[in-house]
Amino acid sequence: MSVWRIARLVARKDLQIEWNSRVLINQVLPFAGVTMVIFAFALDSDAVLERVAPGLVWLATMFSMLVLVQRTFAIETDDGALDALRVAGVDPRAIFAGKAMGLAVQLLVVEVVLLLAAIVLYRQTVPAGGVVLLVTTLISATCGLAAVGTLYGGLAAGFRGRETLLPLLTLPAVAPVLIGATRAVEAALGTAGAVVSDGWPWVGLLVVFAVAFGVGGSLAFGPLIDE
Amino acid sequence: MTTTESNLQREHTGRSTAGGTGTRGTRVIGILTLIAMVWLVAFGLGFSPADRDQDEAVRILYVHVPTIWVAYLSFITTAIASGMYLFTKKKSLGWDRLAGASAEIGTVFVAVTLIVGALWGRITWGVFWQWDARLTTTALLFVTYIGYLAVRRLEGTHQQRARRSAVIGLIAVLEIPLVHWSVRLWRSLHQEATVLDTDRNTDMDGLMLFSLFVGVVAFTLLYLWLVMHRTRGMAMEDYLDDRGLDEALVARRAEGDAFVADHATMPTAAPAATLGTEETT
Amino acid sequence: MPAPVVELIDAVAVLGSFPALAGADLRVEQGDIVLLRGPNGAGKTTLLRLCAGLVPLVRGSGTILGFDVVAQRDEVRRHVGVLGHQNGLYLDLTVGENIRFWGDTVSASTEETSAAMERLGVADRLVDVPVRKLSAGQKRRTALACLVARRAQLWLLDEPHAGLDAVARDELDTTLREAAGAGATIVVASHELERAGSLATRAVDVVAGRVREAEPGSERS
Repeated sequence: MSVWRIARLVARKDLQIEWNSRVLINQVLPFAGVTMVIFAFALDSDAVLERVAPGLVWLATMFSMLVLVQRTFAIETDDGALDALRVAGVDPRAIFAGKAMGLAVQLLVVEVVLLLAAIVLYRQTVPAGGVVLLVTTLISATCGLAAVGTLYGGLAAGFRGRETLLPLLTLPAVAPVLIGATRAVEAALGTAGAVVSDGWPWVGLLVVFAVAFGVGGSLAFGPLIDE
Repeated sequence: MTTTESNLQREHTGRSTAGGTGTRGTRVIGILTLIAMVWLVAFGLGFSPADRDQDEAVRILYVHVPTIWVAYLSFITTAIASGMYLFTKKKSLGWDRLAGASAEIGTVFVAVTLIVGALWGRITWGVFWQWDARLTTTALLFVTYIGYLAVRRLEGTHQQRARRSAVIGLIAVLEIPLVHWSVRLWRSLHQEATVLDTDRNTDMDGLMLFSLFVGVVAFTLLYLWLVMHRTRGMAMEDYLDDRGLDEALVARRAEGDAFVADHATMPTAAPAATLGTEETT
Repeated sequence: MPAPVVELIDAVAVLGSFPALAGADLRVEQGDIVLLRGPNGAGKTTLLRLCAGLVPLVRGSGTILGFDVVAQRDEVRRHVGVLGHQNGLYLDLTVGENIRFWGDTVSASTEETSAAMERLGVADRLVDVPVRKLSAGQKRRTALACLVARRAQLWLLDEPHAGLDAVARDELDTTLREAAGAGATIVVASHELERAGSLATRAVDVVAGRVREAEPGSERS
């Protein structure tokens, strides 16, 4: 059975679980929405909010990602399914790729909702010229985030203290994504005088990041989930 | 320590540590380090001149630069040792201990770099911190290796720890260039905004450069001395863990023997009698 | 003589720093149905997990199905089927979705997965129920259906009868006998001495991390 086929099986399984349980829709999206609202309380200035909106979108994405990663591995450890996957002799690279794909889809949903929230709450507008950059940024950033999240989520799964270990490992690792994605979105939206062409070098960074962690993650995942 | 214990330990750690982690090697390095440090103090505080712009504050650089240099050296060592552990057939735990010791020392040196740097910043420019490329990367480096050290402390056998840490150690080395690239690109956007340019090459004359060189040598020797001691310290800790396992094994086996002896007098199949679910006729 | 399915020599495995297995010796031949008996905490679960390639061997040596337990754990895993304390199910998927997923991971055909579901009485009524809502016994049966679909050479079962009603227990026994008849080797840890005893060809006692051969005939208590 090819690695790719099993990865798709695993991804489909994860999305099926999400569809059945609706944790993303009922819990994570409201959480993301709430973060966007409380940012406004903390920052207390329309001008500031408008200026930093792209950054806030990605901050909220980071926090939501931590929740999503915990969830995606909780379903594996709740009833020993990850052990069962290991016993089934499933190639860990397939598990990694599958879970990363499932995570990426859920992250994309969160990001789109957060963008909409920014448009409404922080008065952002998306100029037609920036749409391509925006979409490319979302996709490349999400791939990188999903890879890192799956890797460290797999490591932390099943250990006590995983709720704190996961952010400690993940957040420094995704700093480049936070930097790059925010700048690229600023360029796409024209925040603070940025132009669309400013954004493409950042997309380059995001793509390299995604590839590096995609490859590195699939190699590292097996040894990390093994006892 | 008895002969058998000493032999067991020698097998395990390569030497007997009845006297602590020092050896002739560490003593030699230790003395060289002291000498180098004395030179550093002499040149750094005495012979080298004050800087044209920064005045006496430039002397902090003779510590600040070597510490970050040593930090990078230690993290590269961690990465190499991690690779050696993963990709050599024997999977010797010595590599894992070297990786761990080096990372611990490296993390301390990064912390020192940040603190000393903050002091220097305060004195020279009036601010403890500045979001420039170098400082930001250093801060992220620090947190990344705190994460590595946290992974080392996860529960498991020594081999499990070694494999997990080795993988994370190599991934950390992957993260560093990405962080560096993104942060540099980021801060280059703010060139005009920076009040003070830390990338500007401090004009150093011959004596100042020499002092810096002495600093680098002194701190590298210090690093070597610390790594040797810490690696041996970790070997001793691992040895104690194994001894603990040996004792636990003895205790458990004794428990088993006692249990069997207690129930040997029962008429039917012995241990079944304690379970209470069978129905003997 | 054909190679043993399981051969463990002085096996030590740890849970944290505790030696759950303190030097276990075990030899299981092909076609055996071996009953592991012993008090709670004896190390039966760890022994089974070791045979499944889930737990690393700290000292000693062993082979499972000819694969080295230290160097070839991946291979070991591919050829065994495990029913542990946990069921290995996804709580938010239905019974049918779970069985289909696990069947797909071993490329089982739809007939095979349907047959497995029928066999264990989970077809029809339970197929569309999320596993989270099932009783413990029903979950167990679902897990068993997934195990059957794997067609493994070595079955490792940890207290499989627990939580099952009388009918389901009989069905389990039949399934195990069928599997053994088809060439599988089975190792069962159980407190159900009478039931498992009548099923087993051999019994061993696990006490404080070590294995002692039981008196011949004593498995039929």
